[in-house]
Amino acid sequence: MSSIASRPAADITKKETATVTVPVSGRPVKGIESASSSQAMSKKPRLQQRDHPVLFELGAPGLSGVSLPPSEVPSVDRAKTIPAELLASELPALPEIGELDVVRHYKRLAHRCFSIDENFYPLGSCTMKYNPRVNERVAALPGFAHLHPYQRESDVQGMLELLYRLRCDLAEIAGLAEVSLQPAAGAHGEMTGLMIIGAYHRHRNEPRKKILVPDTAHGTNPASCATCDRSAMTVRSRPDGRVDLDDLRSKVDTDTAAMMITNPNTVGVFDEGIGDIADILHKAGALLYLDGANMNAILGITRPGDFGVDVMHYNTHKTFSTPHGGGGPGAGPVAVAEKLRPFLPVPQVIKRDDGTFGWDENRPSTIGKVRSFYGQIGVLVRAYAYIRSLGCDGLRDVSEKAVLAANYLAARLGERFTLPIPGPYAHEFITVPIAGDSGVTENDVAKRLLDHGIHPPTMSWPIQHCLMIEPTETESLATLDGFVDAMIEIADEIEHDPEVLRTAPHMTPVKRVDEVAANRRPNVRWRAE
Amino acid sequence: MQYTQFTEEQVGVMLTTIGAKTIDDLFSPIPAAHRLTRPLDLPKGVSELELLRDCESLAGRNYDCTKLTCFLGCGSYDHFVPTIVDSMAGQSEFLTAYTPYQAEASQGILQLFYEFQTMICALTGMEIANASLYEGATAAAEAVMMAAAITKRDRVLVADNVHPDTLAVHAAYDADRKIATTVIASSGGLVDEQSLADALDDGIAAVVIQSPNFFGCVERLDRLIPKIHEHGALAIISTDPLAAGVFKSAGAHGADIVVAEGQPLGIPMQYGGPYLGLLAAREKYLRKMPGRVIGMTTDREGRRAFCLALQTREQHIKRERATSNICTNQGLLAIRAAIHMAALGKRGIAEVSSQCFDKAHYAADAISALDGYSLRFDAPFFKEFVIRTDRDVAAVLDHCRSGGIAAGVALGRFDDRYADCFAVAVTEKRSRTEIDALVSALREA
Repeated sequence: MSSIASRPAADITKKETATVTVPVSGRPVKGIESASSSQAMSKKPRLQQRDHPVLFELGAPGLSGVSLPPSEVPSVDRAKTIPAELLASELPALPEIGELDVVRHYKRLAHRCFSIDENFYPLGSCTMKYNPRVNERVAALPGFAHLHPYQRESDVQGMLELLYRLRCDLAEIAGLAEVSLQPAAGAHGEMTGLMIIGAYHRHRNEPRKKILVPDTAHGTNPASCATCDRSAMTVRSRPDGRVDLDDLRSKVDTDTAAMMITNPNTVGVFDEGIGDIADILHKAGALLYLDGANMNAILGITRPGDFGVDVMHYNTHKTFSTPHGGGGPGAGPVAVAEKLRPFLPVPQVIKRDDGTFGWDENRPSTIGKVRSFYGQIGVLVRAYAYIRSLGCDGLRDVSEKAVLAANYLAARLGERFTLPIPGPYAHEFITVPIAGDSGVTENDVAKRLLDHGIHPPTMSWPIQHCLMIEPTETESLATLDGFVDAMIEIADEIEHDPEVLRTAPHMTPVKRVDEVAANRRPNVRWRAE
Repeated sequence: MQYTQFTEEQVGVMLTTIGAKTIDDLFSPIPAAHRLTRPLDLPKGVSELELLRDCESLAGRNYDCTKLTCFLGCGSYDHFVPTIVDSMAGQSEFLTAYTPYQAEASQGILQLFYEFQTMICALTGMEIANASLYEGATAAAEAVMMAAAITKRDRVLVADNVHPDTLAVHAAYDADRKIATTVIASSGGLVDEQSLADALDDGIAAVVIQSPNFFGCVERLDRLIPKIHEHGALAIISTDPLAAGVFKSAGAHGADIVVAEGQPLGIPMQYGGPYLGLLAAREKYLRKMPGRVIGMTTDREGRRAFCLALQTREQHIKRERATSNICTNQGLLAIRAAIHMAALGKRGIAEVSSQCFDKAHYAADAISALDGYSLRFDAPFFKEFVIRTDRDVAAVLDHCRSGGIAAGVALGRFDDRYADCFAVAVTEKRSRTEIDALVSALREA
């Protein structure tokens, strides 16, 4: 272990700046060795290095990994029941592999992945917190996992009560009147919110088309506008990351349907002008939409409904710890203010006067359905379990610790790296890791972090060449310090051994992947030789 | 319960490093007027044991399909899920991984999705597939937007015998997009070929047909798809991926885009979600496809490697010009489906498909032989069929339910015209004894 890891933070403040020329460890840092020797998190490569064949190179004709009981019923004569034109002439070309080799295949693939359970993911805007195991156990209870969506209501009262409680809890956390659990993910929630906004304005005979979006918005915001046939107009941010109110005023008009905003925003600060933003929009008859990606910073501290938001979505896979699953499933519940309640999707889970729970389809002004059945129920069960576990006190603690962790990391990294936006920060912040003309890019830094067993932060967004860092509340101080150490080691490499960065990563199962070739000649399906 | 792990002493050290006195100081940018001055109106947190008691009590008040014999279908099916699907998909390396933007740290999941895409192509008879969408209904809606972008036309036809939720999603989406949907009529359980011909013209971007359709009937894709193509429209076929063991795939019939609800591929019913939207297409439409796509490439040493391909279609690069706004998709469900398909393999899937077909026909024959029950449609079907009855549908289903059998879905809830009908789905999981018990219960009802 190098001396960096054990040195107290105060010591670093004296020595290192972005222009330091002497390696802080007092020895030249060289390539792979430095990564493997200096980091507690990366003492040994954790990922399986050996090449592994694709499924279609395994097995032998005739094998299967599953056995079914015999059919017991007579086999129907296909030729007599189905027109010849509709009958399959050959079996689908699936692999043929025995059960053990199927297991080994997926075990080996699992060993070639980073995951929260093994790695730190300071991934800005994604809130990669610990996914409590007990929530998996809860979701797998047969009483939740094996319900058919068209079972009669009297058979699913426990499920409906859970959904009703969750709906009410999410409304309270948002400070808004009512929540729909139906949207399938954050972007789907955005779309649902925009549809609700559209219905609201149509109801008032005002076909407003324009949606304002800050230049720091998530890519899904303008994409959701386009999906909903709305023109997204960009509102400038000030150098400190806050919305430029003058630019906003100049763009709000009678055609403005709403503004989509993220607050705390994507550069990691709470925009204290939010009250003014809401006033400007409301006076013009427009609505304020909140992208709830950053709710992890404000749980129980402030509520969107209390700072002027009319409609928002949550990302349960960010704020409420539901597993990311390699890219889903998420869930994107939408919360709305009183005046937007009539437009919420149907069906809505309700508690009836007799104390039973059921589905209400009777909402004459509803936008309708945005997906089949009722929502990402299995995900919502996990979110319920998380909220119930933490309760009012625990949720506030989540945000306090998330914000504490982010500000601590910023303070430590600020000794060595540029922090373009001044703090205090919410639960994430931006740093620019590279100064000067080393030729190293933020992507090189990201790839080098992989050698330390750390998933890189969000890169090059919302400002160029930046890293956006969100540690979340669940990491230990040792992990946060380990990340700082790794970043400082990388800063030294930028100055003294940039080649090791340009060729990183070195300790992953494959070396840097050629993404350009994947786009030039796309090979998206295995073809037998 | 708390999942944070800073000691009080550590909090002190961290605050000192930051230069703040209290945690509350860190929230100073939030104006006092917006601060919540009371605790959230939620119960206090509970321990793991108390949480389990609460959730087990809620779950215990549900009468789930492990306690019932389930013949319910209409878009969600009680198929057998092999144990290795749960155990392999439940590995926390998959469960707690992020979207595989960092290819070098995600080779396992990327390879898995690449294999998934390949197997979806095999089941649908198509050339390319994406790495998942939300579920069946929104997959159809995304396919329609894709078709509109490809054809530069803005009107679509949707058959009235697709899943009612697919129709509902199209209706809702249409209010806020430039696409107008016209519903075309069915007759005898199948798309009416004359209605289709009458509705088609050279301004139609696509026609959405489901086969097996909502009534379980298998459409004459061999006749419908050429009609659609005569007008330069795309054929979007929504299908059941398990039907491929018995029926010719939509791709083999010439479909341009195939979508599906992937729930039958190893995904528990979970009261309707999360499920798995599948989308497969012709290779020439690759750059118009929504959602993530994984490609095979090499690393800088020339070794086989995988990565997200064609990200310039996606919202995080293209923003308002993206092919779709989708970001988070259904990764973990795609993982389940991949393991399910790999475990079943060519023979297993054929056996599942075949047993569904044989058992459904055995049940349909026996039920329609009973007094007061008949098959509503005489079109070919796969694993689901509609029964018309002289008796009161609700009373019939209640009677079966009191004997522990969820006999079917009453179709009156979707359409008054079918108030005397219910749909029965029979998967490979149903034994002959269970089917015989269903028939007896219906006889007694």
